[in-house]
Amino acid sequence: MAHTEPRFHVPAPHARPGDTPDFSHIEIPPAGEAKRPDTSVEGMETRDLALGLVRVLDHNHQAVGEWDPKLDAGVLREGLRHMVLTRAYDDRMLKLQRQGKMSFYMKSTGEEAVAVAGAMAMSKDDMVFPSYRQQGILFARGRDIVDMMCHCISNSRDNLKGRQLPVHYTWAEGKFFSISGNLATQLPQAVGYAMACEYRGDGEIAATWIGDGSTAEGDFHGALVLASTYRAPVIVNVVNNQWAISTFQGIAAGEAPTFAYKGMGYGLASLRIDGNDFLAVYAATQWAAKRARDGHGATVIEHFTYRADAHSTSDDPSGYRPKGENAIWPLGDPIERLKQHLIGLGEWDEERHVALEKELNELVIASYKEAESHGTLHDGPLSPVESIFEDVYAEPDWRLRRQRQDLGV
Amino acid sequence: MAKMNMIQALNSALDNMMERDPDVISFGEDAGYFGGVFRVTANLQTKYGLDRSFDAPINEAAIMGMAIGMAAKGLKPVAEIQFSDYIFPGLDQIVSEMSRIRYRTAGAFTTPVVVRTPCGGGIRGGQTHSMSPEAFFTQVPGVQVVMPSNPYDAKGLLIAAIESPDPVIFFEPKRLYNGPFDGHSGGALSSWANHPKGEVPEDHYSLPIGKAEVVREGSAVTIVAYGTLVLVAQAAAEKAGVDAEIIDLKTLVPYDIETIAHSVNKTGRCIVAQEAPRTSGFAAELAAQIQEECFFALEAPIQRVTGWDTPYPHAHEWSYFPGPDRFINAMNTVLEA
Repeated sequence: MAHTEPRFHVPAPHARPGDTPDFSHIEIPPAGEAKRPDTSVEGMETRDLALGLVRVLDHNHQAVGEWDPKLDAGVLREGLRHMVLTRAYDDRMLKLQRQGKMSFYMKSTGEEAVAVAGAMAMSKDDMVFPSYRQQGILFARGRDIVDMMCHCISNSRDNLKGRQLPVHYTWAEGKFFSISGNLATQLPQAVGYAMACEYRGDGEIAATWIGDGSTAEGDFHGALVLASTYRAPVIVNVVNNQWAISTFQGIAAGEAPTFAYKGMGYGLASLRIDGNDFLAVYAATQWAAKRARDGHGATVIEHFTYRADAHSTSDDPSGYRPKGENAIWPLGDPIERLKQHLIGLGEWDEERHVALEKELNELVIASYKEAESHGTLHDGPLSPVESIFEDVYAEPDWRLRRQRQDLGV
Repeated sequence: MAKMNMIQALNSALDNMMERDPDVISFGEDAGYFGGVFRVTANLQTKYGLDRSFDAPINEAAIMGMAIGMAAKGLKPVAEIQFSDYIFPGLDQIVSEMSRIRYRTAGAFTTPVVVRTPCGGGIRGGQTHSMSPEAFFTQVPGVQVVMPSNPYDAKGLLIAAIESPDPVIFFEPKRLYNGPFDGHSGGALSSWANHPKGEVPEDHYSLPIGKAEVVREGSAVTIVAYGTLVLVAQAAAEKAGVDAEIIDLKTLVPYDIETIAHSVNKTGRCIVAQEAPRTSGFAAELAAQIQEECFFALEAPIQRVTGWDTPYPHAHEWSYFPGPDRFINAMNTVLEA
């Protein structure tokens, strides 16, 4: 028989299916309030920033405070474009998955600013070790959409020869490392890469992304030890989108007040920021990148955001959280907020926005047509079957040569 | 030519490679300033600096992950896992990451890390300092698995491992670090100085990964072994007066089936040996492959000489260890059949 009172503490979210969505427990400090220390600050002196929330865009969509990166309107419009494209791409790919065109898909809806602003604030030569919901980086770095789609439908032009599940992109030319399905493994790798950048002295840095849930993995903590010990030029982004599939963030957070605060235990500079605020993400990344490049070490950035859609095409959020939560997320929608900011500056308007959405939707549709012309997972053509024996080693040994013969290819 | 024990030979390999190639760096728990608990990385920090030979925090997953990231940037990391019993926290990084980066990126990225790790028993290490976990890694496509049995091979193979474009798990049988071993627990420690494979060039040389060596020619039975058991098998054959042909495998992945099959087709009898527990060990793979290749030449069932399916005991270490008597029993069985 089930006990009504648990005998040990198991955290639970504030609302479950059937409850009225409610985020009133979340404390949102005013925009512009957070201090912006010099990038050479001692890690431990960022305690207030690890516990607070860096926000630049206020409720009137105006940029306020020390963290305002003061970007040109052109940069803001570019960021808006990448975010709108990311969303159009995600929406289209979800539909195509539902039509059976691919085995699996993961959207980044509501989190577009985290990837796009983060990528734009770094140099294109900096290496990124993303987790699976940062497709915005690829758009910001200019990857060909057809190539992305060819990967997702595992066709003959998939640059990964059909070896990876959809959305597990690799793009070496764009300094985008391979995405793993095993969570948090990219964290110590990013630190090692960053140390190698220092060793080479080429001025490059590395950045990595991890979800709130995956911070429970040992690799997260191991990576922070390494980053701290070797003062590695790396940015560790924790994307706290509140949900790890069906598990709310409290299961990974435990008694820690914030995810950023975990960085304090390692003496690392740690910032908690509004992840739905393009300007805050840009400013924090820019700060961390300068800190890393100047030899002051790593920064942990918690992007406080909300996963507005399902984890993937394999789960239904109505089974674990109330409907309509995304509509009342207190930090709004990143695209809408940047759009309103630009409109407020007189640098954008509804008409142009509608036209942009139309243009990018059409681009996505046309790109898919082209991608499909190179084959689909269902109907082929795929990469040649014999390619399954390639790239296991630089050269196949006798076992692989024989096994290829056994398969008759 | 210099006389070296296996520790000195491995150190010489690292020294040669670090001198030649600034991308080669070495790290691990206690592997920096102190030079490693077995001294394999001794003096490297003094000679090459803190950023090329350094101490790592006690987190094998982080050590493996760090090495992978460095290799992705083009460095050639040689990471030490202090005892192969400690490699398991790093297993996800080896199995899911290091081994597959080339494959899952279709060659866009490669991570040719060398993982050096002392293995095996016979040093009163108890269950957490005596394991031979090599078979786990032979189940992982994308890594090579090497285990030398003497100083000369150790140096040549470690250099080959560092120069390899693919990751290598490099097992160092620690019972052989300081001298050859005949498997008799009570015997005095002999010295590599009196062994032909203790003659080691100070200069750079490499031995091919994937190539076995017939270390004792014979016609009655083939014994396939690697690591410590190569020497134990030799001692056992001498003691029993059996005309055994002994193959030192040296590389488990990819193993040299050609040399093995050639020998078994000649002798018609075969023993495969490993120090690890019996079930699903690498000897099982060898036995399966040998019967596929040589079934019609075999005159007796293939015998396995292995550890027991128990953890490695401390007090009864020598009852666990597959010593000469177990080899002699196996030889008797296979020759009587």
